Amino acid sequence: MVLVETRALVKQFGAFTAVDDISFSVNRGEVVGFLGPNGAGKSTTMKIVAGFLEPTSGQAFIAGHDSREDPIAARQRLGYLPEGAPAYPDMTVGAFLEFVAAMRGLSPARANERLAELAERIDLEEVWNRRIEALSKGFKRRVGIAQALVHDPDVLILDEPTDGLDPNQKHEMRELIRTLAPTKAIVVSTHILEEVEAICTRAIVIARGKMLADCTPAELLARAPARDPEAHQLVRTTRLEDAFRHITLEQAGS
Amino acid sequence: MNKVLLIFRREFAGYFATPLAAVFLAVFLGIASGMTFFVAGFFDRAQADMSAFFLWHPWLYLVLMPAIGMRLWAEERRSGTIELLMTLPVQPWQLVLGKWLAAWVFAGLALMLSTPLWITVNVLGSPDNGVVLASYIGSWLMAGAFLAIAACISALTKNQVLAFIGAVVAGFVFVMAGFDLVLSAVRPWAPEIVVQAVASMSFIGHFQRITDGVLEAPALVFFVSLIAFALWLNVQALDARKAA
Repeated sequence: MVLVETRALVKQFGAFTAVDDISFSVNRGEVVGFLGPNGAGKSTTMKIVAGFLEPTSGQAFIAGHDSREDPIAARQRLGYLPEGAPAYPDMTVGAFLEFVAAMRGLSPARANERLAELAERIDLEEVWNRRIEALSKGFKRRVGIAQALVHDPDVLILDEPTDGLDPNQKHEMRELIRTLAPTKAIVVSTHILEEVEAICTRAIVIARGKMLADCTPAELLARAPARDPEAHQLVRTTRLEDAFRHITLEQAGS
Repeated sequence: MNKVLLIFRREFAGYFATPLAAVFLAVFLGIASGMTFFVAGFFDRAQADMSAFFLWHPWLYLVLMPAIGMRLWAEERRSGTIELLMTLPVQPWQLVLGKWLAAWVFAGLALMLSTPLWITVNVLGSPDNGVVLASYIGSWLMAGAFLAIAACISALTKNQVLAFIGAVVAGFVFVMAGFDLVLSAVRPWAPEIVVQAVASMSFIGHFQRITDGVLEAPALVFFVSLIAFALWLNVQALDARKAA
């Protein structure tokens, strides 16, 4: 079942084309990784799909609802973690999540039940009554995830969910995404390549606004050029890094 | 409507989450009573009315209302929380209304804290309490108009200082609309009817009629429709940012 779909998305900021003809779809059960250099258009694409930005042309659908024509229905099915996991610094974690739950239309009883579940699952109990401004980066990111999961949405769009986390926290976040995966359609952006292998069923490579690849991580690996045994490499790279560099640098060179 | 109340509640509580509320209320009461007693000569007038108190409100609000309104959208944009807010299943007008309402009720609270003055006047003499009540309502409505303008300008920037300055300048034009300073800038190029129209936008003119004891429809309609128009513009500003 297709839960996320974009058709020929284009986004221009003045003369600059940030997103250039991006079409893809994500089915339930899939975890799609958005890969690309910084400034490639990953976040802009996610903002359009989430309905925060309007595309210059093209369409985005969440569970069949056009994000522009039918934004409320689309947003009800969507959980979105914006870049940097923003949250109101002067609120406590509990008050913030209660606010989101109420805005999402959860009844107080359902909200309590759901928040208790999330607090346990995402380990937020110890900071529940602390102000968000006083939280560490890892906790802030977890609050951002909790906020996106409050209404148990079918679609999750997570912009750099593991950015700024330490290795243990990264691992936990990946585990969480994996456990959520079977019942949802998930899009995550990252520039950490190992993450794609760890959690994604598919990888979409974007650079300079263009889609350069849409394939499984294994297929992406296969696109790595054969290593020249003679070549002198100062820094050891993984096969996935080779593939990524090959695809993105090839475009830059052309 | 429920969503408007949720936004209102969060936003209103936000004022009290920092010392902002206490500082603002102290400054408001300090300046308001300072002007009443020292500048307008409350006691020297030896009259049991509150016109000395209300006289300065347009000028007081010109600076203080932008201070309340500047954060409404600029802060959300700066911290990125606007992305959360605008991707929740709510209509932009619900957000706009809820935020403005929070600022307006906060301003109303500040105004209500001046009631000891009202009581004092009643102890010292017998003022026309109908006029006082009308003046309070008029003052609160005028505060709402200043706030709607400030909120609208706040939606255009992520810089609170810019939002503040923009709101003060826009407010200044409305306060001064009936005076030559503004009218002489319009007169050379606009037909008389436009000059009249600008003059009729004067905050001071409308507010004075209310404090003189005429709580008449035109002044009320003026402030209410200005608020509605500014909030509508605020929604448009949010929409425009989406497509930018």
